[in-house]
Amino acid sequence: MGQFHRIRIAGGLIALLFVGALAGRPARAQQDPSGEWSPRFDEDWEERIPGPEIGDYLGIPINEAARLRGDSWDAALVELQENQCRAHGADYGWRGPSQLSIWKEVDRASQKTIAFHTHLSAYGAEQTIWMDGRPEPPEYAPHTWQGFSTGKWDGDTLVITTTHLKENWVRRNGLPRSDMATSSAHLLRHGNYLTVVAITYDPVYLTEPFMRTSDFVYNSQQAMAPWPCESVDEVDRPAGQVPAHLLGANTFLNEFPANYGIPVEATRGGAETMYPEYQVKMKTMKTLPRPAKKVINQ
Amino acid sequence: MMPWADPVTKMATNLGWAALLAIAGAASLLAGPAYAQAPPAAPVNVEVHLLHVQGNVWMLVGAGGNITVQVGDDGVLLVDAGLAGTTDKVYAAIKTLSDKPVRYIIDTHLHADHTGGNEALAKLGNTIAGGNVVGDIGASAGNQATVVAAQEVLDRMSEPDGNRPAAPQGSWPTETYTTPERKIYFNGEGVLLTHVPHAHTDGDTIVFFRRSDVISTGDIFTTTGYPFVDMAHGGNIQGVIDGLNRIIEMAIPADEQEGGTQVIPGHGRQCDVADVVWYQEMVTIIRDRVQDMINKGMTLEQVKAARPTFDYDPRYGKTTGFWTTDMFVEAVYKSLAPKKEGAGQ
Repeated sequence: MGQFHRIRIAGGLIALLFVGALAGRPARAQQDPSGEWSPRFDEDWEERIPGPEIGDYLGIPINEAARLRGDSWDAALVELQENQCRAHGADYGWRGPSQLSIWKEVDRASQKTIAFHTHLSAYGAEQTIWMDGRPEPPEYAPHTWQGFSTGKWDGDTLVITTTHLKENWVRRNGLPRSDMATSSAHLLRHGNYLTVVAITYDPVYLTEPFMRTSDFVYNSQQAMAPWPCESVDEVDRPAGQVPAHLLGANTFLNEFPANYGIPVEATRGGAETMYPEYQVKMKTMKTLPRPAKKVINQ
Repeated sequence: MMPWADPVTKMATNLGWAALLAIAGAASLLAGPAYAQAPPAAPVNVEVHLLHVQGNVWMLVGAGGNITVQVGDDGVLLVDAGLAGTTDKVYAAIKTLSDKPVRYIIDTHLHADHTGGNEALAKLGNTIAGGNVVGDIGASAGNQATVVAAQEVLDRMSEPDGNRPAAPQGSWPTETYTTPERKIYFNGEGVLLTHVPHAHTDGDTIVFFRRSDVISTGDIFTTTGYPFVDMAHGGNIQGVIDGLNRIIEMAIPADEQEGGTQVIPGHGRQCDVADVVWYQEMVTIIRDRVQDMINKGMTLEQVKAARPTFDYDPRYGKTTGFWTTDMFVEAVYKSLAPKKEGAGQ
């Protein structure tokens, strides 16, 4: 074999290796989100950690029905045994004070990704994100807190679509999210930072999609604690009693606007309150007189 | 065949399942009890589907009310039988699970979307009988499946109701119980029937498969709308709430308050106790609101105008069909309002 032929064969092999390497790579550099992630609360601390105030519906595209659910909600509802260990829904879980662990399930033979799995420290909630293109279950299949999720790559972003959700809340002060809702989550990894953009679509209680972002930082030393939860009788109350405020009887709704000097109308939320131009409108609204001390109704 | 039976079949064929359910319900409300009608003879063009729930238990959807199918070495036990006219498809689906005969049908209540298939399905099965039973009664003792229900179901199906004749005798329960509970051991597990008086109707039964850990609720619990309180047949909102509380008491959830005991509703998707809790909270909150309005002296019209269901209407409310939000509010009001002196039950 002459030198010319040897060069041609070597060149062909190099080209084949290059093509092979390209074929083995994702179309665009997919950013595998696997790993241990610790939450950062720079965004929405008040809502996520101390918890939202009663009657604070600002910035949420709720409809009138959701508003009434919120107004009727009594925090004592969470005391009921049936509700003490109830997990956050898939669309809300990212917001909790939760460490996050993500790992990949791979088919051994093909090395294709079958699924990503997530574990949140709050309630030990686990979500499976199927990457193998399986169809969603029929409408008569069960709904769960985490729902049924499929994932697709959009460039370097993992886009998760979730259906079959159980009813849950859109904010932890009684604003509901129905079991007819779906959600999507967009996982954007930039090196050691992960941003999750979660969007809730609820034809029952939201007039527009509701989008929230949550940030995490990679933490290889993170140790995930278990979440053992056992319901107990916290308050002695008659069986079957459901704590709730009767229509028009919630006396706590003015605490939030009074304490923060926010117009009552604005605290009632709705799609309009999501957008920056609403701040201009707010300036024309009356506020309740600020109390000398923070108002807390007993 | 009753004069309107054929149009029902035709409409079901043309309009699909939602229309059929609405018609079945409308029949029970407007035209008297649907069970009193001759069932549509022609097969209804519907699709039935099976979903494995847990253990020995499957859920069959699409034949009217949900049908629970328990299979095992002893045979097949059904909770409810769906609409008449769906039997061929229901039976074909059951045969994909088991070659054994249908031994039991348990009726959760009297409505035709749950009992319409009683006669045809029972005839396709048989009862294990022998010894003195066969000796005394003859071979007919075992020539159909046993149809079990609370006594009130037989009482209502076997009597004319208004202008309507009694249901065909072949569709009646063959074995009734009058106690708070009835126990059956079948396919290696205890099956507990609990009577919930005056709930959806006066003859409601909740069925608990103890080893499979599955509860069939009948129409005390559905995921498709506000509870249908059939006051004409002994229903009452407080009984519905009692029934929901009973289901919550019986069920044991797994982690995060979900999974564990599975729940098959009368209509709608497979559930667990967390779904029942949301529903029970909704019904209880609405009851409490209406009770508060009654206590304040509000009339039925004033209560309706105050819209005590407003926040749940986008999910459960209906303005058309056989069971509207208005009718639900009225049933809650009438369940709770003090009875006028001299008024009958």
